[in-house]
Formats: sequence, structure tokens, C-alpha cells
Amino acid sequence: MTLLAVRDLRIYYKSILGDYKVVDGVSFKVDENEIFGIAGESGCGKSTLVEGILRLIRPPGYIKSGEIIFKGRNILQLDEESLRKIRWKEISYIPQGSMSSLNPVMRIEDQIIDAILTHTNISKKEAKEMVPELLKKVGLPPDCGNLYPCELSGGMKQRVIIAMAVALMPSLVIADEPTTALDLVIQKVILQSLINLNKEYKIAIVLVSHDMAVHAQTTNRMAIMYAGKIVEIGSTEEIFYDPLHPYTRGLVNAIPSLEKKKLKYIPGISPSPLNWPPGCRFHPRCPYAIEICRNEEPKLKEIEPGRFVACHQWGD
Amino acid sequence: MNTKLLSVENVVKVFKVGGGLGLLGRKYVKAVNDVTFSIPNEPTIISLVGESGSGKSTLAKMILGLIRPTSGSIKFMGKDIYSMNKEEWKNFRRDVQAVFQDPYEVYNPFYRVDRVLRVAIRKFGIGKGSHDEEELIEEALKAVGLRPKDIIGRYPHQLSGGERQRIMLARIYLIKPKLIVADEPVSMIDASLRASILDLLQSFKEKLGTSCLFITHDLLMSYYMGGDVFVMCKGKIIEKGNAEDIMRKPLHPYTQLLVSSIPIPDPRRRWKEKLSLKVETLEERVFQENSCVFYNRCPYALEKCKKSMPPFINMGEGREVACFLYQ
Repeated sequence: MTLLAVRDLRIYYKSILGDYKVVDGVSFKVDENEIFGIAGESGCGKSTLVEGILRLIRPPGYIKSGEIIFKGRNILQLDEESLRKIRWKEISYIPQGSMSSLNPVMRIEDQIIDAILTHTNISKKEAKEMVPELLKKVGLPPDCGNLYPCELSGGMKQRVIIAMAVALMPSLVIADEPTTALDLVIQKVILQSLINLNKEYKIAIVLVSHDMAVHAQTTNRMAIMYAGKIVEIGSTEEIFYDPLHPYTRGLVNAIPSLEKKKLKYIPGISPSPLNWPPGCRFHPRCPYAIEICRNEEPKLKEIEPGRFVACHQWGD
Repeated sequence: MNTKLLSVENVVKVFKVGGGLGLLGRKYVKAVNDVTFSIPNEPTIISLVGESGSGKSTLAKMILGLIRPTSGSIKFMGKDIYSMNKEEWKNFRRDVQAVFQDPYEVYNPFYRVDRVLRVAIRKFGIGKGSHDEEELIEEALKAVGLRPKDIIGRYPHQLSGGERQRIMLARIYLIKPKLIVADEPVSMIDASLRASILDLLQSFKEKLGTSCLFITHDLLMSYYMGGDVFVMCKGKIIEKGNAEDIMRKPLHPYTQLLVSSIPIPDPRRRWKEKLSLKVETLEERVFQENSCVFYNRCPYALEKCKKSMPPFINMGEGREVACFLYQ
């Protein structure tokens, strides 16, 4: 069952030089109970995309066009009040670097209670009773609620944030680079708690990460973004074992591992959102670019059920 | 006797933490705790690997002469870097170059990027008389795989992180130092470009004979760089060995934990075992003088590990490990 469907979403940022087309026509679906990954290099628009899903884009950014259908309702057409009811209760969001946004002078427990009370009508006492259980869910000692953020390590703070995000049992959690500033050991713990929440409580997760190895360990399906567009969607296994788009192939080849002593890299640099290259946005870096790639933008086509690619090589 | 390029002897750095109100009592953290190692006077790559807070960046700063050690000595070409005269200090500043983590912060946003190259040429009198400045700059930019016309005259914000990091490497190419101290040079670079930066550092070893002290939290990066790896945990080096050996057969329980936490980029080989992490209390995180640095988190901790820090045990083939399990 489809939980979230994004259709042709465009998010632009206004500037005196013109519009920065940061997300420029993105479509994908997230099913119930799945972990859906979004991968891509810095500046490809993945964070803006997930902010857009919750309508958190602030000026000079704006949502130019598109549809975001969550459980049959278009988020872009909801009024503020209905949107507030969806946020946190239905879709919660773990922004990048959010572990440093805990209030330093408030106990962990009170911050979790705050998050619960803002979005529900239950009493403070009931909310307080929920806290130890929530902390246990993410693998923290149930009594650490009365500590202050400075008494926790980075990994523990990140798990507090995850505990807040799942406090109201949303059907979807969007996690933007939840492990980026953390050590590998902690990263493993955090990813395992996300997988656990997905398996045990059937919470769908959208996981944004630039790190392909994180996706390999965590996600069921994934989308690859490049220059404001999705260039490929498939199961994580297909993406790693049978990448179709030349950019995806480049990304997969650039992953370091014990077995691969020699790394490849993609020549050239990512283009600017002010001035995307004409035609296929990857053509200046693509080893297979032909004439049509320079002039005509490839559409994201479904070449097999569930398998999408935007490349002229994979045509009709 | 063969003079070492760099020798770090019993270096300690103590930081004061807390106690700002005078009521809580001052606590001390030994960020770097009695570290000794050396880099031979021939092109070498050595990686320092450890988690955040292991003291690796503090050690790098002390080696660069940016912060003074609390005790111990750091010698470059046999001379203590903290008691150099003006001339020696100037030479040291030329012979030891740094590459930092954040390629966004090292540039002054008001100046064009090629200024870092021009200043280096003038300051160190590079290629006096023989070439003109423009030629030198173009050569250096080409050497790091950049097109001079794309770079010269641009401002930092117009370039990507990868390009900016490469310009720092072009600067190193110009200066031709004896030692590069690279503190997490690729952790802010996109994965698809990391290999290109690491390849350049390796090529400097071959072409310029420059040694590299490579500091990273990512064992895979040190594996890719090759050479020797020193694993640091809470201010101490706890294992030494060849990059390949450390990855294939980590000896210290801490190194084993690090290696097993590397996500395998293969969806068919997912983590099976559940990682249970001992949560350290705040009290435990503050330095404990007399136990093994990994005692609190070690699954194999013995009684004697609590009482004293294990000494280095020679395991042969250039491997050393500080753990009682191998005694």
C-alpha cells in the first residue's frame, strides 16, 4: 500500500540571479512498512526535498508545483491546522544535526513530554508515564530521562531525538542524515534502532543519507538523486547489483570496502542549481553521453515494475 | 644515527573541563596521554585512527606547533619544535604543511582563491627568478587535476568543497614540504570524489617524497591510504600495524569494535549480530588514571585491566598491541 506519493514536486529558491531550482520535478512513492532511502551527493536537493514533504520550506524558498499525497490527502492543499495534526502524529521528522537542538537547560524527560503535549490532548501525567518506555524503544536506559543533554553523548542525544520522533507512533518517520556527525560504532547502534522500530512497530522510514553503505545496511528500496532530480529508483539490492544509470554506477564504484582496494571516482563536479546543464543534467560528467543527452532531458521511466531510470540509454 | 623526520616522545596534553562556577570542582581530561611514535626520514604514510574524542586532532595540532603539549617533546628533524629560533621556525612552517577537514573555513571569503598560492610563493620565495608566478600557479593547479582557467580569479564560494580541498593540495605541491599533516581531509568531501584527494596525497609521496600523517575516524580511508596505522582510544595509541593487517585481523578489542562497525556496502551482507553498547556514565567518561582506556566498554575486561594500562606487546611483523589478552 502506498503511504506517501510525491508527484512532480518542484521547490525553488528565489534570488536576484533568478530561481535556484533545487528540487526540480521529483516523483516517488513510499509504501507502508518500508525503509525508503534517498541518496545523492551534497547539493543534490535531498534535504530540501524532505523539508518540502512537511511543508517546512521558508522564504526565499517556495514550492513551485507538484503534489504530495499522504494517505490520500494532498499535503500541499491542507490548511495550517490540519497540517499541524499530521505533523509529528502522522509524519515525524528528524532534521540533520537535530541532536544539537535539544534544549540544554531542560531535562530530557521534559523535552519529550513537550513534544507529546504539543501534538496530542493527553494529560501531562500520562505523557510522563510514556517516557521510560520510549527511551527503552531506542535502546537507552529508561531512567536517563532526568538527565540534561550535556550529560549524554552524541549518540545518546540522537537516540533521544528518535525517541521523540516515534513518541506518537507516526506512520512515517523522515530521518535526514541521522548518523552523519557520529562515530561508526554509534552509527551502527542508531541504524539498528531505526531498523528495529520499522520491524517491530511497522513505522515506515524515509532515510536520507549521502553514504551508500548506510543504505546497503538499512533500506529496502532507494532513490538516487542528482542535480535536483531523481535519476533512478529500485530495490536496494538492484541499485547495488544492477545499477542502470551511469551516475548510480559511478556512485557504487566509488564506495570504499575491504574487497575493493582501488577506488574509482566520478570526474567533474556537480552543477549549480542556478544553471543546470541543458538536456540530461549528468551529461557533462557521463562517459556514455551522446547527442540526444545534450539536448533533451530524459524522463524518469518505469522500465520494469518498480524500477525507474531517467537515462536515454534505457529507452522505449 | 639516522635522524627521524618527526619524533613524538611521551606527549601529554591536559585540558581543564568544567568547574566554571568554582563549586563543582575542576576536572581534568588527558586528551593526549603519553603518546610516543616516530616517522622515519623517508617517504612514509602513517594514519592515526580513532573515534571523536580520542585525541587525534589535538595530537595533530601539537605536531603543527599550534598548541603546546603539557609535557613531552615533539622533534622535527631532531629539533624540538617548541624551542626553535626564528629561522628554524620559518623552515619548520615551510616543511610541515597542514590539510584541514573543512575546505570552506580555510579560505578568506573576501579574497580570490589563488591568493593562497600567491602568498605561499612570495612568503617562501618559491622558484625565485626561474619561473614567473603565473606559470608556477598553473603548473600546481594542473598537478592536482584542476583547470587553471576555471580557478584563477574565482572566490571561495564559487567552488565546490572538492575543488577547494584540491587548491590546498596545489599549495602543498608548490611548497613541497617534507611532511603533510592531513586532519580528516576527506570527511567533508563527497564520497564520489574522496578517492581523487587520497590519490593526490599518495602521489605526493611518490613524486615529491613527502611523508603524510593522515588523521581519520574512518578505518576504510586509512586502509585505502596504506602504510602504517596507529589506532587511538581516549588519548592513547593502543594498536600499531600495517593498514592491511589492522583491517583483516584487528587485535585490540577496540580495533575489533571499530572494524565490525564499518557498514558493508552490500545489501546482501547485512549486520546480523546486534550491537549492544555499554553506556558509559559521565563519571566513567572522565579520565581514569590507572585503568586501560577501553576498560569500561571492553567485552573481555579482566580484573588487571582495571588496575593498570597494559603495555605494548610486540606481536611480530611490525605489529604492537596494548592489551593484556595477548600477554
